[in-house]
Amino acid sequence: MRLPAQQRERIDRTRPVSFSFAGWRIDGFEGDTLGSAAFAAGKRVFSRSFKYHRPRGLLCCSGHCPNCLMTVDGVPNVRVCVEPIREGAIVVPQNVRWSVDFDFLSVVDKVGGPFTPVGFYYRTMIRPRRLWPLYEKVLRNLAGLGRIDEKAGHSRRYDVEHRRARVLVVGGGQAGRAAALAAATRGPGVVLVDEGHRLHGAELEDVEVLAPARALGIWEGNLVAVDAGTVLYRFRAERIVVAAGALDQQLVFPGNDLVGVMLPNGIRRLVRDFSIRPGSRAVVVAADDRGLEAAEDLREAGIRVPRVVDLRDVRLRGLEAQGRKGRVRRVVLDGDEIDCDLLVASAGRQPSYALLAQAGARVEYEPSLGVFVPAGLPAGVEAVGTVTGEGLATADPLSAYDGRGKSFVCVCEDVTTKDMKRAIAEGFDSIELAKRYTTVTMGPCQGKLCHLPSIRLYAHERRAYEAAIGTTTARPPSAPVELGLLAGRELTPARRTSIHFRHEEAGAQMMWAGPWKRPYAYGEKPEDEVRAVHESLGVIDVSTLGKLLVEGPEAAALLERLYPNRFADLKPGRIRYGVLTTDGGRIMDDGTVARLSEDLYYVTTTSTGADAVTAWFEWWNAVWGFEAAIVNVTGALAAVNVAGPRAREALQRLTEADLSAEEFRYLDAQEIEVAGVPCLALRIGFVGELGYELHFPSPAGEYLWDRLVAEGARPFGLEPQRVLRLEKGHVIVGQDTDSESNLLSAGMSWLPKLDKDDFVGKFAVEHFVDREERERLVGFTMEEDVVPAEGAQVVIEGRPAGRVTSARRSEAVGSVIGLAWLPPDRAEDGTRFEIRVDRRRLGARVTHGPFFDPAGERMRS
Amino acid sequence: MSFLLSCPFCGPRPVDEFAFFGEVTKRPSGSPTLRELTEYVYFRDNVAGVQREWWQHRTGCGEWFLAERDTRTNEVMAVSVPETVRERQ
Repeated sequence: MRLPAQQRERIDRTRPVSFSFAGWRIDGFEGDTLGSAAFAAGKRVFSRSFKYHRPRGLLCCSGHCPNCLMTVDGVPNVRVCVEPIREGAIVVPQNVRWSVDFDFLSVVDKVGGPFTPVGFYYRTMIRPRRLWPLYEKVLRNLAGLGRIDEKAGHSRRYDVEHRRARVLVVGGGQAGRAAALAAATRGPGVVLVDEGHRLHGAELEDVEVLAPARALGIWEGNLVAVDAGTVLYRFRAERIVVAAGALDQQLVFPGNDLVGVMLPNGIRRLVRDFSIRPGSRAVVVAADDRGLEAAEDLREAGIRVPRVVDLRDVRLRGLEAQGRKGRVRRVVLDGDEIDCDLLVASAGRQPSYALLAQAGARVEYEPSLGVFVPAGLPAGVEAVGTVTGEGLATADPLSAYDGRGKSFVCVCEDVTTKDMKRAIAEGFDSIELAKRYTTVTMGPCQGKLCHLPSIRLYAHERRAYEAAIGTTTARPPSAPVELGLLAGRELTPARRTSIHFRHEEAGAQMMWAGPWKRPYAYGEKPEDEVRAVHESLGVIDVSTLGKLLVEGPEAAALLERLYPNRFADLKPGRIRYGVLTTDGGRIMDDGTVARLSEDLYYVTTTSTGADAVTAWFEWWNAVWGFEAAIVNVTGALAAVNVAGPRAREALQRLTEADLSAEEFRYLDAQEIEVAGVPCLALRIGFVGELGYELHFPSPAGEYLWDRLVAEGARPFGLEPQRVLRLEKGHVIVGQDTDSESNLLSAGMSWLPKLDKDDFVGKFAVEHFVDREERERLVGFTMEEDVVPAEGAQVVIEGRPAGRVTSARRSEAVGSVIGLAWLPPDRAEDGTRFEIRVDRRRLGARVTHGPFFDPAGERMRS
Repeated sequence: MSFLLSCPFCGPRPVDEFAFFGEVTKRPSGSPTLRELTEYVYFRDNVAGVQREWWQHRTGCGEWFLAERDTRTNEVMAVSVPETVRERQ
């Protein structure tokens, strides 16, 4: 029921807004929250409790307690007491069967008492073990808060924003606003973060206000994560000022969770902000002036307040709230029965230190105030206002009041005094253990309302001081946050070559290759693409290859030290294969190195290795200091490989350069123009046929691709390339090799030049030479036409003895071929072994040398 | 891990702009024994305290540099451009 209009009210009575609340139409006003409008319309029960399904109503009315968690427009666990009203919103209760006013599961509260002690399902539901799946199904159904609409998909878009601030103030109460204004007089860059409702009417000049928003945590480097609904701000602040204030604490007495039992701040919000008369007869029991102010507010609102107990003056022995259908009807104070429909009860206020504690502050018990206060703040973090304990009255020290019925220490998780006492009796005598066993402080309020009472109860039961009980560890997030906000938007960046869209237009199936999207094949039959390369002409986009320029008077010396083989004697215009190894002997990457002039080398790496190789080169040169510059030109240049018996004749039609076998030899590198595009042409044969790899400026990618296709080159993808490479027995670093492989075991013992002074990996190779070889990478040919999976087990004399790393069916070879790691004594050419495929063991024979064109005549032609 | 690291060229930046390359090791010269080689390749001091380590401003200027960092607190005491082998000789 609304009061007559008052000056301070936050609602705009000229702008009605309506929405649906558990099926009822609610009419409220602009400026209301969903919760306040429902309360004004007479709704009192907002939720059912976590375990006992007891009816619960507004308690703190400021977004901290769990009592008003509801599902709004499909989003679960919305605190409707602070969620702004919006036209047409659909608000439904959660954790109930039937309705909030009649919940079938409240039977747990009636009969469950002795059957649902603390930790009951740890003890009872484990036997018999085979029934656990059934128990689990039932429990999962009963437990938890709210349900995610699995069909909803991505209903909201979340973003992350990186921000800087000179001063970031958390909390918009009096102290926070004063701190922000004071900081703003000293310059720009002041940001104030607040949950929203405290800032009504405040004037904050030169301060950027983020509201409603919550600081989730403070991390090293003064990083503050701020939840602003659908934007997660990552603030870097020079100074952080925490003015989180203090929160009313619940008194622990029987019936303290009944609907109608409220905290002073909740009353204040309902009466002053929303002009609501919250009841007709109220009793106030409080330990500070806030309680007295609430009594005053109630009287002004025309509510009879027959009794106000100030716990600073009066010591109560017994306090009990009695109710009907879960709503408070009567209060019993030291035997006096007083009828009422509202009970304002508060033990005083406790500083909201969670954010500070999580940032690294110590938390100490302050006996003069009876609360925990932050101390020893980390560098760059300050605290102002009541969060420091300043201005607080001494909190009521009693752990619990006598009476009959359930006394709740924690309303989030339905933990009663009885549960806590039982936990202590069972030996969970440290507060950290008790927390895990009883789940006290682990609910949605994260201890804001139950931390102090639980420690106080512990101290009382164990006859110890609160300071000796200590606090539990504060962890981020200090306020509940939607997982979607933390996950952010689903963004998976892909690198595309400049020819990418030609592949898509040609119907290529694109696949991931490291950060790149590359064509797997252009049709259903990759073997047709293989055949085109062998019989006529193919073209593949290899723009993804890493491309590095190494230039300088000592470029040769640098490469000589980086590679196991020699590059100083490579003549300008010539190409050599190179493999990079680490000092531990691991094979890192491979590619070709072309010497373009005395001081300039052009290095290609694998498609996924470009960044790592660049960093590797630069790191070693930061150590050695050779006079050579390393430039990564991977993105600047596109590259295509034109391969097949017709490669020379087709390319010759597009260039004036002489491509004859005498003038452009195998492993020559020449700068030529192709169809008017300046290209670096590398004559290499990595797919086993006569081939030219053209490297040229990226913008010309589609143009040159089109010209080559027009000359009859058939595009081929990664899958046909795999077949072609395998036919030549080429090793793919990272596919056929792993961190255990080295140059000798991978069959490249010809590569390292041990007479060089030094190279990265030389020590290791020297030791590998002496060491007994454990396994060797060899080619094999299957006896049957079955392709074993990569990773398939090699079986020798019935025992696992190795593994397959690559296998493909080759039309040109006429059988299934592959590479496998075998024991060295079984690696002789022609040795038979078996490979496990499904449940069968299939025969295979070791095949040395390339499977196809072993003499390499075709690529050298 | 969210501390700030000062690139000697670009100034303080969030640590996720950098690549970490581990503590500074000493590469053996000549022909190390297997033990010396294994120690150099695999063993690290892994100190709980201040350590000298390699960093690269990977998504920034790309330069490699050395940092002295307290591994317990992530406090960075100093950063420097490494002296190359060439300069030391």
